[in-house]
Amino acid sequence: MANEEITSGLASIVEEVAGVDAEEVSVEKSFVDDLDIDSLSMVEIAVQAEDKFGVKIPDDELANLKTVGDAVDYIVKNA
Amino acid sequence: MTTKDVVITGMGATTPLGGDVASTWDGLLNGASGSRTIDADWVDTYELPSRIAAPLAVEPSEVLPRVRLRRMDRCEQIALIAAHQAWNDAGFELPSEEEQPVDPDRLGVSIGTGIGGPTTLLDQHDTLKSQGLRKVSPLTVPMLMPNGPAAHVSLELKARAGVHSPAAACASGAEGLATGMDMIRSGRADVVVAGGAEACIHPITVAGFAQSRTLSTRNDEPERASRPFDVDRDGFVMGEGAGVVVLESAEHAAARGARVYGRLAGAGITADAYHITGFHPDGLGQINAINAAIGTAGLSTTDIGHVNAHATSTVVGDVGEAAAIRKALGDDVVLTAPKGALGHLVGGAGAVESIVTVLSLYHGVVPPTCNLENPDPKVELEVVGGEPREMSSTAAVNDAFGFGGHNVALAFTRD
Repeated sequence: MANEEITSGLASIVEEVAGVDAEEVSVEKSFVDDLDIDSLSMVEIAVQAEDKFGVKIPDDELANLKTVGDAVDYIVKNA
Repeated sequence: MTTKDVVITGMGATTPLGGDVASTWDGLLNGASGSRTIDADWVDTYELPSRIAAPLAVEPSEVLPRVRLRRMDRCEQIALIAAHQAWNDAGFELPSEEEQPVDPDRLGVSIGTGIGGPTTLLDQHDTLKSQGLRKVSPLTVPMLMPNGPAAHVSLELKARAGVHSPAAACASGAEGLATGMDMIRSGRADVVVAGGAEACIHPITVAGFAQSRTLSTRNDEPERASRPFDVDRDGFVMGEGAGVVVLESAEHAAARGARVYGRLAGAGITADAYHITGFHPDGLGQINAINAAIGTAGLSTTDIGHVNAHATSTVVGDVGEAAAIRKALGDDVVLTAPKGALGHLVGGAGAVESIVTVLSLYHGVVPPTCNLENPDPKVELEVVGGEPREMSSTAAVNDAFGFGGHNVALAFTRD
């Protein structure tokens, strides 16, 4: 799957869960500092990303995914 | 005027009669009924004997954005909707980081609920069983907890003077107001956003109330099922709704030139300590609550023109309450019972009906008891039925009772 495809898939999950406009969700953005997503929503986003991209995102890995780009890279490597 | 006087400066509600206070009040005056046949398969699936409920007239999804809805239980959603209305009605803007219309350390919340979020609890349990841990929402606990409605309002309005969520079954909303009054009188807060909310029309609650034999089974005439004080009443109709008021010290309200609807002058809270669902046959707890409400208000029995009765339309409860009111206040007081129109809003009832009581004094009009066709002769007081009644009295009592033996009476006066 291309990086752009993963980014846009992730963006639609973020929009669904946290109400952030998908257009705002770009690789350089921090989930917490830029997109104002709390830890509860991150759990939901991770579960939906696991289903959508066929990856496992354990809690200790999730904690390292600070930006949208981090998440895209993780998914590319582990899908 | 003293600093201990507590006035009502804003009101909000979402009920089976309308999505706000004005439409609810109009519905009551016009004799509308919020009761409907329950439009869901589970009524047939479980062969429930009562197929009637009073759902919200306006769905929360028409008012709140999607993402806010998915983070809150329905009970929390409607508490927030009613609180927004009350806050705006009191002349306040929503707070921002830069600007807070009330000092957060002097702003409290007291919003009760009877059950909280049982729908979330049961839905998430179903999810756990069918799809496993991963699909259980991380918001499950904050959505089901009974302090959730009050907590969401505190977050929204930046209220930091303390958040209470009284649980007193069907008296929770009235206890919400009583607790708010106490917060102001004890000096803990200048402004308290107070009320009650409930949204638990679900197969298990309908089944549970049906098994306690408290629900109306007038399934062929849902609009006529809730009929407090009528000789043909046969039980209550479960409703959902929220009512929230802005309580304010009279001094704080005067300083900002706020419009005042009326005064929450006194409250009486007692317990029967008699039976888990039945009330004491002598009505002592109810009588003592009314006496305490008017006593703390500095009123005498003759000041009270009408009582907004708890009267849920059960065979035993309505007659018992009328007898207790007569013992407490004498023969001249008149009754009205909004549950004929609204159904029983459980933890929302005492708050929504406090708003009705305040508006009755404010406008000098007592709304009629919906479906009162043949007043029960065992009710030895006059009940307003048919048409609204103009009244010039300056004080009224709102009764609210709950499973567990809770009795709450609130005394309101026209300012």
